[in-house]
Amino acid sequence: MSTPPDPAIRVEGLVREFPGGLRAVDGIDLAVSKGEIYGFLGPNGAGKSTTVAILTTLLPPTAGRAVVVGHDVTAEGAQVRRKIGASLQQSALDPYLTAWEHIRLQGALHGLPRPHTQRRGEELLHRLGLSEAASRKVRTYSGGMQRRLDLALALLHEPQVLFLDEPTTGLDVQSRTGLWEEIKALAQRGVTVFLTTQYLEEADLLADRVGIIDRGRIVAEGPPSRLKAEIGRPALEAIPADPASAAGLAKLLERFGEPLSLGTTDGVSIRLQGGTGELAEIVRAIDAAGIAVADLRIHAPTLDDVFLAKTGRRLEGGGEG
Amino acid sequence: MSAPAGLWTVTRAVARRNLGSYLRRPELLLPSLLFPLVFFASFAGGLSALGHLPAFHYAPGYTTFQYGFILCQTALFSGLFTAFSLAYDLETGFARRLFLASANRTGIPLGYAAVAVARAILAIAVVTAVALAVGMRVEGTPGQLVLLCVLGLLLVLIGYGWAAGIALRFRTVQAGPAMQTPVFLAVFLAPAYVPLQLLRGWIHSVANFNPVTYYLEATRGLLSGHPEELLAALLLAAALAAAFWGWTQFNLKAAEAAG
Amino acid sequence: MLTIALRAFLKTVRQPFQLFPLIFFPAILLAINASGLTAATELRGFPTHSYLTFAIAVAYVQGALFALVNAGTNLAEDIESGFFTRLALTPLSRAALLGGLLIGIAAVGVLQSLVYLLIGAVAGAHLHGGLPGAFLLLGLGAFASAGFGAGGIAAALLLRSGEAVQGLFPLFFVLLILSSANLPRNLLHGWFHTVATYNPFSYLIEGFRAVYLSGFPAGPLLGAVAVIAGTWLLFGSAAVALLWRSLRPG
Repeated sequence: MSTPPDPAIRVEGLVREFPGGLRAVDGIDLAVSKGEIYGFLGPNGAGKSTTVAILTTLLPPTAGRAVVVGHDVTAEGAQVRRKIGASLQQSALDPYLTAWEHIRLQGALHGLPRPHTQRRGEELLHRLGLSEAASRKVRTYSGGMQRRLDLALALLHEPQVLFLDEPTTGLDVQSRTGLWEEIKALAQRGVTVFLTTQYLEEADLLADRVGIIDRGRIVAEGPPSRLKAEIGRPALEAIPADPASAAGLAKLLERFGEPLSLGTTDGVSIRLQGGTGELAEIVRAIDAAGIAVADLRIHAPTLDDVFLAKTGRRLEGGGEG
Repeated sequence: MSAPAGLWTVTRAVARRNLGSYLRRPELLLPSLLFPLVFFASFAGGLSALGHLPAFHYAPGYTTFQYGFILCQTALFSGLFTAFSLAYDLETGFARRLFLASANRTGIPLGYAAVAVARAILAIAVVTAVALAVGMRVEGTPGQLVLLCVLGLLLVLIGYGWAAGIALRFRTVQAGPAMQTPVFLAVFLAPAYVPLQLLRGWIHSVANFNPVTYYLEATRGLLSGHPEELLAALLLAAALAAAFWGWTQFNLKAAEAAG
Repeated sequence: MLTIALRAFLKTVRQPFQLFPLIFFPAILLAINASGLTAATELRGFPTHSYLTFAIAVAYVQGALFALVNAGTNLAEDIESGFFTRLALTPLSRAALLGGLLIGIAAVGVLQSLVYLLIGAVAGAHLHGGLPGAFLLLGLGAFASAGFGAGGIAAALLLRSGEAVQGLFPLFFVLLILSSANLPRNLLHGWFHTVATYNPFSYLIEGFRAVYLSGFPAGPLLGAVAVIAGTWLLFGSAAVALLWRSLRPG
């Protein structure tokens, strides 16, 4: 993909090396358009959080360049911080302060006028479902509430770019879904979102484009649908009602695609030649042959398959600690 | 979009939050107020017999003599313990929020320094009230007492500057002993219990070179109305405060570079 | 029980952050006070010409006090990490568990007392009680550490947090300094003399001190033994009760 004109985030040859020679970020190039949700996907230790730390001016790069909302992160850090918000892996909350006290502190640090902080704080607390708890100390909050407060603080000064570092890790399903809705709403309002995650579903659902990082390098980048389509066609798995008819079923399905092993013992699988459009014809053929089928499943390629194709390893359950 | 938050805006915001936390948490507030009192009671009360030594010549008496030591100790330790809070915030990650949100990050350690001064004022006010109530004699003039406050302020900044630098360097409360031990040794390797001329042996030699000795002597001199080598003490304190502020700034850059 | 004791001993001596307050901090304070308060020996009625000989007893008692904090902190860590629960699930009896912990603490007490003995000997403190006195000091140090250690164990079982246990230290430190730690009771005046007279730490310090100054005077030694027995009774009972409650089935 060509670099968009005037991107919200532009990274060129970014490197971060730690003492001992460890290269957590090993030459990254990327560009994120304004208003885009960019998903940064990779296993633990891939370099996601280090990249975010550099882009949010918390860590200087060893080499390369990063420009966020038109300002170099190294030379113009203060200007970058005015225009970005960040909700990082650690919620960075004071357990002895209330939500309102956090809001006032954040507003004061950004130099916001008090009436503006008050108004904006009310709006955000309401939107994120924290109004009732706002006068309680943060140590009484659940994990989900703390994450939402962290997000509210990141949004208080109406940033142009929002960095979210694994925002839903450790959250229950309901909290996670709620946060996804909020992220989508932010993007619709024109906020650029740079989101790191190790959850395929999250990247698939939210991101306009995904960058897959492994061992400090981007191994694939693009819209999730295109990345998955590049990997291959969907697979079909048919489980015969009578195991004895498996051989006949396999022979019948051969004309629709090449045989495939999905690791199941009682099913017959093929890689579909013509995609899911052939499904109706396959069902008619099975019916005409009189073979009873207990189950029929379509396996679409996932981002995990993309990662496997690029790195030889699975992303989910196979990443390094 | 907000106007850029300058140094003083950040300093005020950080100071307000930390002072609020300190006043609201008994486990922080009470020890900081009670320990100077306990030390004062223990030394002024428990060692009062030393005031009867033939060679002990301090006109206002042993209670005032010990009060001078408590003043210096409280000032230095108020700075030190405020830096503990900075180390805690760095270790728990809360300081990241301050780093992320502050246009001018120098305001962060400056905010904590302001709280160190506030904590010292509070603790010293309490011990002063008690000391006066038990009959401590202060014979300094109002002008000399103002200079005493200036010296106290510089001591707070010395204690804080040293410890804050360590906190920013190591970013963990485990560095507490490294922060605390040098200050503790400096305070007690000085004429803590008796005047310099009554110290014997190696400690007399060490005390002669210890900057805290100059601050102690100046403090006691101001309290008695007869300050000696006051200018040297003030200049030395100012120089050390500036040097340790530089040490803090140096380690702030190191903390930023380490992420 | 011995396995538990060995673990308790090693857990302390292998951690520099625990060894420092246990051994080196009292020694540093002793060096500072011995030199800084030498002038006190010129006071009429001061029992010796050597302030070091007078003050070294405080180091032993400080060590016992730190044993309270260390024992409590270590056990609180074990409770927080779940290791304590794992121990409770073994066939190990409660008595053996408590006994093992106290033996380990006592062993550390012997070690730190030995260090202070050696420091004192090297620095010139005169031990009037001689070699038997040295053994007596080691014994008093061991039992005092174990008695206070039982307090730390009780605190850990009650508070279940290392930070909270450490918060107890200032309380006991205050008791230590409001005693006859720095001057003999006959040279204390007014309210301070009254407080020191009612303060058990005074008698504990005076017991250790007496071995240095006089050898084996019955009065001060009985006073120290009574205080140590009191800590065993008070803290030991609390530790037993809380341990039994913590490990109650169901």
